[in-house]
Amino acid sequence: MVIEISTPLTEETVARLKAGDNVRISGVLYTARDAAHKRLVALIAEGKELPMDIRGQIIYYVGPTPARPGMPIGSAGPTTSYRMDSYAPLLMEHGLKGMIGKGSRSQAVRDAMVRFKAVYFAAIGGAGALLAKCVKASEIVAYEDLGPEAIRKLTVEGFTVVVVNDIYGTDLYEEGVRRYRIG
Amino acid sequence: MGCNGLREIHVSDVTAAVKRLCISANCNVPRETISALKRAEKAEESPVAREVLKQILENHRIAREEGVPACQDTGVAMVFLEVGQDVHLVGGDLYAAINEGVRQGYTEGYLRKSLVDDPLFKRMNTGDNTPAMIYVDVVPGTNVKLTVAPKGGGAENMSGIAMLTPAAGVEGVKRFVVERVQKAGSNPCPPVVVGVGIGGTFDRVALLAKKALLRPVGSHNADPTYAKLEKELLAEINKLGIGPQGFGGRATALAVNIEYAPCHIASMPVAVNLNCHVGPHESVEL
Ligand code: SF4
Repeated sequence: MVIEISTPLTEETVARLKAGDNVRISGVLYTARDAAHKRLVALIAEGKELPMDIRGQIIYYVGPTPARPGMPIGSAGPTTSYRMDSYAPLLMEHGLKGMIGKGSRSQAVRDAMVRFKAVYFAAIGGAGALLAKCVKASEIVAYEDLGPEAIRKLTVEGFTVVVVNDIYGTDLYEEGVRRYRIG
Repeated sequence: MGCNGLREIHVSDVTAAVKRLCISANCNVPRETISALKRAEKAEESPVAREVLKQILENHRIAREEGVPACQDTGVAMVFLEVGQDVHLVGGDLYAAINEGVRQGYTEGYLRKSLVDDPLFKRMNTGDNTPAMIYVDVVPGTNVKLTVAPKGGGAENMSGIAMLTPAAGVEGVKRFVVERVQKAGSNPCPPVVVGVGIGGTFDRVALLAKKALLRPVGSHNADPTYAKLEKELLAEINKLGIGPQGFGGRATALAVNIEYAPCHIASMPVAVNLNCHVGPHESVEL
């Protein structure tokens, strides 16, 4: 079964999601990778305002290929999430409700997800051509100088992901491997 | 043919070939990899994993048909040349010609520029995905074989090297390789292709592992003992349960490719270099 959700995420929506659920997201995703995270966290540390309101929002860890003329975006699959682990808890503390990437998160991030009621989704790594089809519009919100690492606001429809970490502390990677490991 | 029996090749032909291969390799996942993914989908026990493999195959079809990069990480451009020793490259600097091909390919082909100039302090994007990582081998003959293998960061970051002692033996090698794949988990976008180098020196073994990834998925080392080790390692790895994307399942790896070389009596270097399920590479003969 596929669960349809839309952004911004509410407490009720987040509470409904369980590790292993197939989810289709419609609404807005903000893109950010290593360099953008570094800047966002620095702004928070200085007590300054962020270039976008992250409350209830989802950050997608992606650095797309350049869009061809007439297309909203190029290939746009997830990047490996652990590189954002040192920044993620602070963003959740400031209201971030969801993250999309690939690969497992640190214990600190998983604890923060339970504490601040946020969810981590995985999109299929290496499925950038397929995922790009769900992106209807894209605009740069901040840090254009970072090129593929700039923060973009993506409008998506039926963006397909799987819940990896829910707010109850369950981790799909651990559960999945436990089930299929031999010996 | 030059008057001295040398075949002349203009470096602008190299530029054109590199440009074309950068674009084509990123959009066209190798056919052998697609076949292996299809076999994995049929054999997969986990329903979640089957769905993942279905979507990966759909992605690779769209990429090929629409000329879109299969993955947004279009990588660092690894360029391997086998230059015949009776070839005379004319018209300019070979390395500059290769980098010009990369620049044109990544810019005109709408590929992502993923290189920074200084690895530690400045980390400024070079803007055109140069420089390429270039390896040249000199071989007999009058041909130039050119291979472009864009290498994404996710899988590359999960590589590892170990200077084992000869006493570690086959079991030591197996343990190191399987542990690397296990530690990598979901990060290198499984199902992966595992490139293994054994022997040589510290520097050489890493290159062997990388070159092993250039072999088609499903091919085996010509030496039957190494071919057997490839099969055994694949079976071991696919017991790990990591599965496609790490969601749990059978297909953690599509293939294990081993390349080996002679080494010092005191050494047994082993290197693991991973490719994701995209693992692009394409070659041409000039
Ligand atoms: S590991 Fe491969 S498929 Fe995954 S993001 Fe990197 S290049 Fe793409």
